[in-house]
Amino acid sequence: MSNPTSDAPLKILVIDENPIRRAILETGLRDAGFENITLLGDTKGLLDRIYSVDPDVVIIDLQNPSRDVLEQMFQVSRIVRRPIAMFVDQSDRATIAAAMEAGVSAYIVDGLKRERVRAILDMTISRFSVFDRLRSELEETKSALKERKVIEKAKGILMKSRGLDEEAAYGLLRRTAMSKGKRIVDVAESLVSTFDLLKD
Amino acid sequence: MTLAKTDSNACTRLRIGFIPLADATALIIAVDKGFTAEQGLDVELVREVSWSNVRDRLNIGQFDAAHLLAPVAIASSLGLGHVRVPILAPFNLGLNGNAITVTNALQEALRQEADGHLADPNVSAAALARVVAARKRKGQDPLTFGMTFPFSTHNYQLRFWMASGGVDPDEDVRLVVLPPPFMVESIANGHVDAFCVGAPWNSVAVDLGIAHILHFVSEILQRAAEKVLAVRSDWAARNPETFSRLIRAHGKAVDFVEDVANREEVCRILAAPNRIGVAPEVIRRTLDGRLKVSPDGTFRSSDRYLLVGRAGAARPDPVQAAWLYAQMVRWGQAPMSRELLDASLAVFRPDLYDEVLGAAPPRSPSEPADGIGAFAGPAFDPGDIAGHLAPWPIKRTPA
Repeated sequence: MSNPTSDAPLKILVIDENPIRRAILETGLRDAGFENITLLGDTKGLLDRIYSVDPDVVIIDLQNPSRDVLEQMFQVSRIVRRPIAMFVDQSDRATIAAAMEAGVSAYIVDGLKRERVRAILDMTISRFSVFDRLRSELEETKSALKERKVIEKAKGILMKSRGLDEEAAYGLLRRTAMSKGKRIVDVAESLVSTFDLLKD
Repeated sequence: MTLAKTDSNACTRLRIGFIPLADATALIIAVDKGFTAEQGLDVELVREVSWSNVRDRLNIGQFDAAHLLAPVAIASSLGLGHVRVPILAPFNLGLNGNAITVTNALQEALRQEADGHLADPNVSAAALARVVAARKRKGQDPLTFGMTFPFSTHNYQLRFWMASGGVDPDEDVRLVVLPPPFMVESIANGHVDAFCVGAPWNSVAVDLGIAHILHFVSEILQRAAEKVLAVRSDWAARNPETFSRLIRAHGKAVDFVEDVANREEVCRILAAPNRIGVAPEVIRRTLDGRLKVSPDGTFRSSDRYLLVGRAGAARPDPVQAAWLYAQMVRWGQAPMSRELLDASLAVFRPDLYDEVLGAAPPRSPSEPADGIGAFAGPAFDPGDIAGHLAPWPIKRTPA
């Protein structure tokens, strides 16, 4: 067991079901010089696994219902061998807020100096935020791709049924959208679904 | 504090967190049936995955109010296990509603050791003590019991019950926290032998044929504050008018819920995927207090299974706060002090309830005289916590 008051390397346990975010966080922590990192993707028998890793710091994403399991480690009881405390103290509401906004929480063993975990905490919050941004960018890209596909399909239908060329077909979609106060993709979508309906 | 009738810059857009459980009924109906809108409140309900998240989001202001475990409201106010944030509970979201569910194997073991009817908690607790002793003799692993949170009524109900039969919840069995949605899976794959959780999870396990409901918790304590509508006391002070409107909407909601004529509609609203997300029929069993307790189809009924608004359930009772604090002391979560007891009592605010909803009628004489109605031990006296703890040999209080 490492002694939390010494300068021994900190043992960090990351509990996150999302493999990409887990990897992003691990890279960040390694780059920051933390070597002793254990990653957990699932939470079966979580308490026993935490005890076998015996971490100084536990990081868990907020979408994980097993966060409540960690709260048990604050308790005085036979199965709690090394008490854990939340990393923040009364004076640090802003840090809790920042972590919650980023979607993460962290716990440290009792007695560990705040300054020693500061870097881990900052790194975690920033990596979670980066992941969030990446994910929303990915979702935007995905929906943009989907929209483009629908418009292509609608153009194809118009070209075939009205004998238009591609430019004229797109022009027709655009004019219809403008006159109805709708987005092109919405007009395209209703055209495609109507066409599918008539086809059957 | 009294509720002034005008707030400057009144906040009427509220975010309220909840966990998908049947005891969130009053809150969900208040919002989805339009009682909050009627009061001019625009409420966004946010479904959460853990009590830690609900607590923290309430504490740091991401939620204006929350469906919260009654003991967490007290623990937050006392600063136990976490940051100290004073919380007010002006409205009780329900009494009781949990059940103790055991694997088929444990049910059979208890049945063989039972000296009387297992539905009697005196009998079941004594049978458990014999099963535990037999396992010890044979060198088997201790039984594992799942519950939802260290500061939960479930934790205290399980402990009170088994300790009265001579089973030490910290030494003789393993008591582990399990998120409610994982309870059924954990009993199916043998990770736990029993659990205490709210509806609908007990029924889900029985319907799968893998477990029996051993007790409704109302058999252990006739009245136990389960979840409360919780707000930060600084929020309440800043938004008195919004606060009283929120309480009023809840008053209307419980009247609606307790009118059996509305039950089908209530169950349909609660069953929505973004609310509780289980079949309306399963929720109906909870509200009707008629539950299938065995895979063979046996049902058990109780008019106390979950009290949402009837029998004065919605009015916060400081006696409940004192009882919960006494359990925190008994199990080593809190030191004993007059100051902490007073702070616990101050979380439950019947005065705020009365101010908005009018004084409640006196409680029916069929309700327990001490306001708790425990199956074992002397009547509870909130002024004498030490006297409550004295008769129990099993406890974690400092010697």
